[in-house]
Amino acid sequence: MPEQEAGRRSGNFEEVNLGFTEQAALLEAQRCIQCREAKCIRACPVRVDIPRFIKRLTDGDLPGAAASLFGDNMLPAVSGRVCPQEQQCEGACVRGCKGQSVAIGYLERFVADWARRRGDGAPLAPVAASGRKVAVVGAGPAGLTAAGELAAQGHDVTVFEALHKPGGVLVYGIPEFRLPKAIVQAEVDRLVKAGVKIRCNVVVGRTYTVPELRADFDAVFIANGAGLPVFMGVPGENLKGVYSANEYLTRVNLMKAHDLENANTPVLRGRRVAVVGGGNVAMDAVRTAKRLGAESAMIVYRRSKEEMPARVEEIAHAEHEGIDFQLLVAPLAVEGDAKRWVCGLRCRRMALGAPDASGRRKPEPIADSEFTLDCDVVVVAIGTRANPLLTATCPELCLDKRGNIVVDADGMTSLPGVFAGGDIVRGAATVILAMGDGKRAAKSISRYFAAASPSAASASDGDLSRV
Amino acid sequence: MHTILSKKSLSPNVTRLDVRAPRIAQIRRPGQFVIVRSQKGHERIPLTIADSDAACGTIALVVQAVGKTTRELVALGVGDVIRDVSGPLGNPTELLESGRALCVGGGVGTAVVHPIAKALRESGVSVSSVIGGRAKEWVIFADELRRCGEVVVCTDDGSDGRRGFVTDAVREMLEAGGVDIVYAVGPVPMMRAVAELTRPLGVRTIVSLNPVMVDGTGMCGGCRVDVGGEMKFACVEGPEFDGHQVDFDLLADRLKTYHEFERRVDACADGKCLIRR
Repeated sequence: MPEQEAGRRSGNFEEVNLGFTEQAALLEAQRCIQCREAKCIRACPVRVDIPRFIKRLTDGDLPGAAASLFGDNMLPAVSGRVCPQEQQCEGACVRGCKGQSVAIGYLERFVADWARRRGDGAPLAPVAASGRKVAVVGAGPAGLTAAGELAAQGHDVTVFEALHKPGGVLVYGIPEFRLPKAIVQAEVDRLVKAGVKIRCNVVVGRTYTVPELRADFDAVFIANGAGLPVFMGVPGENLKGVYSANEYLTRVNLMKAHDLENANTPVLRGRRVAVVGGGNVAMDAVRTAKRLGAESAMIVYRRSKEEMPARVEEIAHAEHEGIDFQLLVAPLAVEGDAKRWVCGLRCRRMALGAPDASGRRKPEPIADSEFTLDCDVVVVAIGTRANPLLTATCPELCLDKRGNIVVDADGMTSLPGVFAGGDIVRGAATVILAMGDGKRAAKSISRYFAAASPSAASASDGDLSRV
Repeated sequence: MHTILSKKSLSPNVTRLDVRAPRIAQIRRPGQFVIVRSQKGHERIPLTIADSDAACGTIALVVQAVGKTTRELVALGVGDVIRDVSGPLGNPTELLESGRALCVGGGVGTAVVHPIAKALRESGVSVSSVIGGRAKEWVIFADELRRCGEVVVCTDDGSDGRRGFVTDAVREMLEAGGVDIVYAVGPVPMMRAVAELTRPLGVRTIVSLNPVMVDGTGMCGGCRVDVGGEMKFACVEGPEFDGHQVDFDLLADRLKTYHEFERRVDACADGKCLIRR
């Protein structure tokens, strides 16, 4: 995959990966041996028929490849960029047993980008209206996928988004250099063209409750995301200069704090920025810090590189960009100066012991190993917990002990006709798992309608569109 | 899109905007707020809902012009539109069911106190208010509050009502007795001072906090405050908390996070750009 040179790109917010040329894509596509029992399909959370779209690509049938891909996956330009392919399709690829697996993600991205550049972006085929109305809560990967799939079934879909812009984590969380926002907007536009209505600035749980939506729609799909950031619980976390990754990334990605000419939102530009965590969000935050001009942008992670949950490519990109990895290091306290600005992160060194419940080796502290990392901004990227706003106003929803919504095998909650998926069900997971949930829920909703009497269509014509 | 239907200057830097937002007007309750982004590229800022008219589908926003974003917001006129209004956010006020409430408002905080006083009055609770400002022209919502009960106005220079801080009048009313609950909203030092007056008397005191906020739905954690030694997100668990439990020093300090940035933006507006330094 051709990419912007590391030294240059760490000073801008443009996309790192530049995409395959058509020639490179064709060459790579020819490496697929078209397995009859394709393991890659089973390893894909949205079950993309990978050999089929690759076959059409090798045949030179790009429109056919696009039709095949978009038929299986509502957001291929997104998943082609952000999926952990090495744990999914590419991890299962037979070519990978001996040598390199087929670069399925890059091919997916190539086909999706080709379709978007042609302008029509593989439009959703018009279908007969079913007469059923579905409300989707949250315009993130799960909600957008469900909306597209539901619209393709002829249902009348309205998506309610809490922020002023649709996209969820794709716009507030994942940075421009990894997923250009124009791509997310193109995917949203495609859904809107297919008849999906998107209502921004509606916070379900505040503006409307789920029971209110249920009264106005024949089914509801809840995909409002993970929600509240988790902090470390160490002293000094409220000093000025400590951010949650959600806040730090939202200020830059959604509010464009890096664009001083056109945006009003401030963000503290640290000279030395320490990001705590080892997942994709931590990589996004630390690479953002570098691009905001930090002299030193550091990852502080209590295990070793092998245990990091981030995508392999993100870790590699971060290394090329000069990110300082402080591994086997655990924070003990954030230190502040006399004016309560962050001036350091007190840490201690760790060693890996026996595997814990997650199967990863458990980090254990090394005695007398304390030290202080000099830094002026700390970003905490250690996960999120369930947002209570929606569930608190719908007590009938069955929750697990972490506050996430419980669903059955069809994605239906304890309330008939109310489905849920994505991070509000799983806790913090991936974009592609959320998309898989959206796709499953859309299927289940259509089955739910088919099982109900057809005359029950459209509970009411109430108008929840005006806020 | 939310059209501004009327605009009124309340004090030298406080403006009331009545904005079309039918759903919010219909369901909002005292204590709740909205997040507003006036146009593309602008900040998301939390604003108090000072009043609403469900029949007209309007909410009253009270804006203190303190920075670039708020100055641009109050520069809008009648007929202009605000691009994004999200809400109602935050939890509604815990309203006293019967007895006597003392409502204390300082500066723009008086706009937060007004809907609380109004709701209390409507439910039959006896309401007294103490409100303050630097001078006569800085006192807001006095007439509206007089419709809810007795009002004592305090100004620093004595140009309206009594000379002195609201705390002096509050102390006297507390000493006279019979106050079941205090609602205090205003600058951090004022809320802290009122909470310190009521603490020894054991009078329940509710304060409304205004920390830095981005989304208003719990996602960013920027609005975290310390209440009784626990981290709380003001947008999800507040914005009103027990004033005797709030760490006001922390709140005041975190509110300074972007002061330097704002100073530079202001310098920029004067043609001396300091942002890039």
